[in-house]
Amino acid sequence: MPIPVSIPTPLRPLTDNLDTVEVEGASVSELLIALDQKYPGIGERLLDAQGNVRRFVNIYVNGEDIRFLQDKETPVKPGEEVSIVPAIAGG
Amino acid sequence: MGKEFFSYLKCRECGRQYPKKAVHVCEFDFGPLEADYNYEHIKHSISRSVIESRKQNMWRYRELLPIDGEPTVGLETGFTPLVKADRLAKALGIRELYVKNDAFNHPTLSFKDRVVSVALSRAKELGFKIVACASTGNLANSVAAHAAGAGLKSYVLIPADLEQSKVLNSLVYGTEVIGIHGAYDQVNRLCSEIAGKYGWGFVNVNLRPYYAEGSKTMGFEIAEQLGWKLPRHTVVPMASGSLLTKIAKSYQEAIKVGLIEEQPFTVHGAQATGCNPISAAFKAGTDLIRPVPKPKTIAKSLAIGTPADGYYAVHAVKSSGGSCEDVTDEEIIEGIRLLAETEGIFAETAGGVTVACAKKLIASGKIPAGESAVLCITGHGLKTAEAVAPHLPLPRLINPSLREFDALVANDTAVHAAAV
Repeated sequence: MPIPVSIPTPLRPLTDNLDTVEVEGASVSELLIALDQKYPGIGERLLDAQGNVRRFVNIYVNGEDIRFLQDKETPVKPGEEVSIVPAIAGG
Repeated sequence: MGKEFFSYLKCRECGRQYPKKAVHVCEFDFGPLEADYNYEHIKHSISRSVIESRKQNMWRYRELLPIDGEPTVGLETGFTPLVKADRLAKALGIRELYVKNDAFNHPTLSFKDRVVSVALSRAKELGFKIVACASTGNLANSVAAHAAGAGLKSYVLIPADLEQSKVLNSLVYGTEVIGIHGAYDQVNRLCSEIAGKYGWGFVNVNLRPYYAEGSKTMGFEIAEQLGWKLPRHTVVPMASGSLLTKIAKSYQEAIKVGLIEEQPFTVHGAQATGCNPISAAFKAGTDLIRPVPKPKTIAKSLAIGTPADGYYAVHAVKSSGGSCEDVTDEEIIEGIRLLAETEGIFAETAGGVTVACAKKLIASGKIPAGESAVLCITGHGLKTAEAVAPHLPLPRLINPSLREFDALVANDTAVHAAAV
């Protein structure tokens, strides 16, 4: 079952301007691999050279930051929502 | 060209360079942009004596600030007193202590006057007519005042539940004050959307790379006022964590451009326990900042649950060998009163946080009793009077009668001691 992933404005040039795309996978990690296969180039914007989620990129599964779940290994099930949100700079 | 002091903006994460426009985030990896300088050129252009010959304001370090021409905003800002605090030192049990007193800053009595001076000088260079900010109060006061003085229109967005005096201190300048039903982080999120849509100069959003650099002047002044040397320890309150990282940067830059000799320094971070995302991460031995969704502290100026520079602040503290502490509302009030009663300086709640955290750091030996320290006091106590008021005694009331006065002081030990 495909999982909907919401894409932030700055990355939409890579997803044919779609704000939500659907990819398959059982974990965040699998979703990110599928996402990069479907939309080449998006992977390096989200993950650093070591494969870690970039410091100023937040990925949420059902509204929870995956850093406080199981990071990239956080499982995702059909019906759940995944969103990619750049950190807000300010203050 | 090639002889500019301020070269370009640079991503703190990947190092990509950006032109000196109103941009603040790297297009590639979303990292924050920071001003980068031609330090070799600066080194050959300034010296202690050149700086000392200039007017006593924050722009005496102009080569190390990110504007192109001459400053146009905040020409009287900065160069606040560095007070040798012997009585507070005794109370806290440390050999040598100073208070860097930005409660005395021009024109709105907080360190934010420094950052806004830079942000609005740059905003004018970039041609903005409307400036704005997301604020916990002090920044709003300073944007409102500096914008009024510079003839710019301004909008300040604040959480709706701020201290009355902070709201009044924005309204009086004729700015547009917008109260938001929500915490600071929600105000900030809204501002980033507004900045994208309206194209205004938001001092702490799209002008943030310029704004943040203004904080360095607090550190340059500390070094100069100590006779061109660094304190061994500096205690800095943390909201977004920006001030702490910029004070550390200012010390490093002062060494790099030859204003002071290479010497060790340690920075310590202070937060309120009711909103301590940076201090909690430090204590847990991680640089992963867990957001505080609902801050609950009287130190509202530090109540940022998702601190933008938290990661960098943890690293600045750690790499300098420092520590982070946090304190309760009761300890904050005690800190405010201790500073007032020993040094005659009335600080806002954030100042109480700094004093109370310093007390803990000294008591635990993280700041050794035999060394020197500077406490950064960032705002004036009258701005948060309502937080302290319930904890102070009421005046004693009498009729205009000498007999009633005699009776009143009959039990005051100080009077009898002075009479002997």
